Amino acid sequence: MLTLTHYLVLAAILFAISVFGIFMNRKNLIVLLMAIELMLLAVNINFIAFSQFLGDASGQIFVFFILTVAAAESAIGLAILVVLFRNLRSINVEDLDSLKG
Amino acid sequence: MTEAIFFIFSIVLIAAAFGVIASKNPVHAALYLVLSFFTGAVLWMLIKAEFLAVSLVVIYVGAVMVLFIFVVMMLDINFEELRKGFWQYVPVAGTVAAIMAVEMVMVLMHRAAAIDGAKLPDPAPGYNNAKVLGELIYTQYFLPFQLAAVILLVGMIAAIALTLRKRKNTKYINPAVQIKVKRDDRLRIVSVPVEARPSVEPPKADDGEQQA
Repeated sequence: MLTLTHYLVLAAILFAISVFGIFMNRKNLIVLLMAIELMLLAVNINFIAFSQFLGDASGQIFVFFILTVAAAESAIGLAILVVLFRNLRSINVEDLDSLKG
Repeated sequence: MTEAIFFIFSIVLIAAAFGVIASKNPVHAALYLVLSFFTGAVLWMLIKAEFLAVSLVVIYVGAVMVLFIFVVMMLDINFEELRKGFWQYVPVAGTVAAIMAVEMVMVLMHRAAAIDGAKLPDPAPGYNNAKVLGELIYTQYFLPFQLAAVILLVGMIAAIALTLRKRKNTKYINPAVQIKVKRDDRLRIVSVPVEARPSVEPPKADDGEQQA
């Protein structure tokens, strides 16, 4: 029988994989955005598992809002990426140093 | 039976997640991301969250991933250069990720957490996931729902405003300007005074008028 722990452990592993991906793809902005989407998927798995475990559908409403915000975020992120590529001819994170931070 | 399906799809999900972060070609990474979202939707469907499973497929696989693939293919990026030093960060990244995963699994498995073996209850017969969510969205969460719509609108306007650019050197003419043109803008009536032709020997006095 499926238990809550199954889903929580799966989400934890998925989250750790995406952290790994963010460390590894430090130059490639597109794959960084994809790793962020994977993290959000892990968080959503947690939300849904807890929502079904507690029998409270409010958790699923939160997943709905997270999906909305994530869609808007990736649309704006990719638009910024396109503008960046037009100006710099590169999406390397190391080239984004005009603020000298 | 349910457990077997869960484990199969979990393995697919974890393999696809590794594919996303490790594949050389970003198009492959995007396709692996599609696979992982699809598998995630199946896992949600296993615990009777059908509405969100379907919306995950529609929103992510249908919209967001198309956007990703579109951007990856539109930009002419040298991905080989971005891969340089990829394996250089393995020690740090592996350590951090392994510590995070082990910590979280230990917390979740510990007796004190008291969730070990917490069975996910089967919903009552006649349970309708979409109906329950719809009732909540349109009553208790109505204002946040409308705010979500506003967020999507702002995201759309921002994406268009960021990528819109005015092209120079195009022969585009605004039709409204063309239609608004009056006769007086184009046609200029000049009164040309009659003048005599400067000839060497004018035969008649009114020769210039005949010529005009």
